[in-house]
Amino acid sequence: METLFALCIGFLTSCGVFLMLRGRTFPVVMGLTMLSYAVNLFIFSSGRLNLKGAVVLGTSDSYADPLPQALVLTAIVIGFAMTAFLVILAIRARADLGNDHVDGSMPEPRHAKKERQK
Amino acid sequence: MNVLWIALLPMLGTLLPLLMAKRSRTACALVTALAPMLALAILLSHTQSVFAGQIWQFQADWIPLLGLNVHFRLDGLAYLFALLILAIGLLVILYARYYLSEQDSMPRFYAYLMLFMTAMLGIVLSGNILQIWLFWELTSISSFLLISFWWHKSEARRGARMALTITGAGGLCLLAAFILLGNIVGSYELSVVLEQTDLIQNHAYYPVLLVLFLLGCFTKSAQFPFHFWLPNAMAAPTPVSAYLHSATMVKAGIFLLARFYPALSGTDMWFLLVSLTGLATLLVGAYLALFKHDLKGLLAYSTISHLGLITLLFGLNSPLAAVAGVFHIINHATFKASLFMAAGIIDHESGCRDMRRLNGLWQFMPITATLMMVAAAAMAGVPLLNGFLSKEMFFAETLEQHLLGALSWIIPLLATVAAIFSVAYSLRLIHDVFFNGQPKGLTKTPHEPPRYMRLPVEILVALCLVVGIAPAWVVGGLLQAAATAVLAGPTPEYSLAIWHGFNLPLLMSAVALTAGVFMYVKRKQLFDFQNALPGVDTLNIFERSIKQLCHQAAQCYDWLDNGSLQRYMALLLTAFVVLAGLPLIQMETLSGGRAEIPVDAVNATGAAMLLISAFATVVWHRKRVVALLMISVVGLMVSIAFTRFSAPDLALTQLSVEVVTVILLMLALFFLPHKTPKQSEPSKVVRDLGLASLVGIIVGSLSYAIMTRPFSTISDFFIANAKTGGGGTNVVNVILVDFRGFDTLGEIAVLGIAALGIFKLLTRIPVFKPSSDGEGRPWARERHPLLLATVAQSILPLALMVSVFIFFRGHNLPGGGFIAGLITAVAIILLYISQGVDWVKARMNIEYQRVVAVGLMIALLTGLASWAFERPFLTSWFDYFELPLFGQIELASAIAFDLGVYITVVGATLLILSSLGKMTTSHRPIHREQI
Repeated sequence: METLFALCIGFLTSCGVFLMLRGRTFPVVMGLTMLSYAVNLFIFSSGRLNLKGAVVLGTSDSYADPLPQALVLTAIVIGFAMTAFLVILAIRARADLGNDHVDGSMPEPRHAKKERQK
Repeated sequence: MNVLWIALLPMLGTLLPLLMAKRSRTACALVTALAPMLALAILLSHTQSVFAGQIWQFQADWIPLLGLNVHFRLDGLAYLFALLILAIGLLVILYARYYLSEQDSMPRFYAYLMLFMTAMLGIVLSGNILQIWLFWELTSISSFLLISFWWHKSEARRGARMALTITGAGGLCLLAAFILLGNIVGSYELSVVLEQTDLIQNHAYYPVLLVLFLLGCFTKSAQFPFHFWLPNAMAAPTPVSAYLHSATMVKAGIFLLARFYPALSGTDMWFLLVSLTGLATLLVGAYLALFKHDLKGLLAYSTISHLGLITLLFGLNSPLAAVAGVFHIINHATFKASLFMAAGIIDHESGCRDMRRLNGLWQFMPITATLMMVAAAAMAGVPLLNGFLSKEMFFAETLEQHLLGALSWIIPLLATVAAIFSVAYSLRLIHDVFFNGQPKGLTKTPHEPPRYMRLPVEILVALCLVVGIAPAWVVGGLLQAAATAVLAGPTPEYSLAIWHGFNLPLLMSAVALTAGVFMYVKRKQLFDFQNALPGVDTLNIFERSIKQLCHQAAQCYDWLDNGSLQRYMALLLTAFVVLAGLPLIQMETLSGGRAEIPVDAVNATGAAMLLISAFATVVWHRKRVVALLMISVVGLMVSIAFTRFSAPDLALTQLSVEVVTVILLMLALFFLPHKTPKQSEPSKVVRDLGLASLVGIIVGSLSYAIMTRPFSTISDFFIANAKTGGGGTNVVNVILVDFRGFDTLGEIAVLGIAALGIFKLLTRIPVFKPSSDGEGRPWARERHPLLLATVAQSILPLALMVSVFIFFRGHNLPGGGFIAGLITAVAIILLYISQGVDWVKARMNIEYQRVVAVGLMIALLTGLASWAFERPFLTSWFDYFELPLFGQIELASAIAFDLGVYITVVGATLLILSSLGKMTTSHRPIHREQI
């Protein structure tokens, strides 16, 4: 199971990173969301996997590690706040600048740039 | 303690002249002189004991962890330099009083001068090498301020910049050398460093260390090829040139050579680097000095040449040469400072420094002329003057050394050549200025300076004479004490007599004098030869190369920082791949050997769904609505994973956050394009895919490596104490609201700040109102479907009840403030969606930013309340009570804190979504007939 779990984390990271490298704001926001899933799972998994060990006292013999869970719980909420902030920033940028490119302006196509430099 | 005051008094004295700004110039000068006078008195009171070999110290901790202590120590060498700095400093203060004009800001000048004096004293008195460096840098800065004192002149500004650049670069090298030295020795204390000669010289880093150290010394002491800043620094007022650029600051490099002589000298490398640099400087300086028409320019090059001479002496690896070097430091300071001051007098009283126009001044200022002649004779090495003595010792030492093997005779030969030039330029200085016809085109008639302006020159020239006639009596003790400190041991036999009999050094002196006179007489041919050579404008070359450097730096910067965020991201991720990948490569096996949980059908299905939906998100990322649906499946699978792996709290949180996030992103899509145009070049897509795969592989491997390793956790403490200490059985919740309550307080504060930031971002946003959806279809007229409205309204009380239930059970079973808050928020948002902002506003007019504030205040006050019971911030309390009907119930202060969390989460979430949602509706107000 650990192998599969690690595979999922790795794949989610890859997808998140790829989306974050896009040039438009919305895919970047989605990439960030995806990456935060991966990061949350990563931190969570550092407490090792446990199928029957919910940390409610008196319900089990061996408990999962509650500390990464507590960390991830707040991370989920803060991650939402950050995603929200980012997406609103993207909206504002589009409203002010008229485009939704991450740099705030459309990059020049390569051939145009070369011609200008000539 | 007294030693500290020697450095501290001038530091305090920096402020005094500034306070005297309104008073007369004489008063200002007098007050300025107070601090150095006191310091000098303290210094002189230590004369006996220092000459007897005692070392006075003052020590206090500053940053002991870095090995940085405040440490002042006074030994023979420090005494010599402190004496020069304070005594000549006082003379310069007196001289500057008459030199500066009414228009110059005297307090500013004196403040800079005192700052410089402090810095110099700091260097020579420091007992900690980092502290030496600190004051070293201060001399560069104060020297910059002094050179640029007449900042309205372009050459002053340029000269100051050049001096700062060169000496500042040298200072950085010196710092590197000192840090290396401290690492090798294990201490930054000077006394420790000086004792570890073998350790330092046998260390593999000794060559690097030595080169860096010498770069620092040579740039400061204007050694070839860094000499060019000194002539350009002559744009400074002459008192500054006399003080900094002949007597003190340029000697700081030589001081360091002397200071670290016991630790660093004695090796072949030291000899080669130090003596050959010194020799080159000696020759270049002496040669170029002859051709300078500017009075101060000639003196500047002559200073360079003499500094080269001293450096050469220290490079010869002979104790006797070091003694000669120390002796020449004293002599050069006296005759060169007096020459600069005399040159300043001439400039001041005749308005000109050009020797082609200054002629025949003897008739106008005979006293100054006499003084200058004596000083120039000392510089040329005429017998019965101090310069003669140290030059004789220098000649003797060049004859003694056998460092270049069979070619060793070259050094005395070249030394004689330099001495010939030295005689020639000294003669030119005197003959051109005071004789040689009549002055040409002077703006004013030259005359003798004020009485007290000449006094410093008189004192210094008298010293030249007295030392020259009775050396052992006047400076014997001083020289002995300083030389002992330089050699860190017994000094060799030396004699300070004037007459040593007919020997080779005397012959060399005689040759130098005769040939020097001859060369001056035949100067015309030499000048013609020199004029035929192409001129070198060092200032322009320097500025051009600095400009070139800046240009290249800008190009490099432009390449790195081209404004593309995607590129930065790629660079950052590449750095991550390298930094995190390398240790993984060095690891032997990835698996840690911990037994894996077998994969069952449920888990495999879940994982497959997760992978497929993530892949679908990427594939369809251009169709934003589809991608959003796909990513919500990913989120759902993640929350199911949390449930599966024993984290019910996380599952609940993830699920409710997921709902809120998707609603938010749907709303956002109203304002953003619904499709992403295809724009990335294929090569860029390949690069991104590669990079993303690498990052994913590394993160996945890391995660696998962690999960398969056995571990120990600090969580056992939380599990053991959750019930007894925190009063709850849901350990995750107890950690959040109790054990790590302070973290949670910080986190809800961040949440609140983000929400407020969003609120602010959305105010006064330029209106952007799409009239149709991404497919070009106009928005539906029916905006609030009846079915949804009815369901939402009936769900609201239910949802609120659930959230209250979740909130209260949170301490003991999965739930808590975060989750309850999100559920409440979702229920209210549903109402917004189904009924519209205006409808909700009419019934529930709440300013959510206030809600956030209230939530934060409740959490904070709960924490503060524990102070009332004299407990630390956020200490929790709980107890059990028996209530009729309900049975035993538990009351815990943590629940109040959780309430704060709950309210903050509700407020922040609603603030974010309602501010955004408001904009979708406010510009399309509902028409009456539609209600």
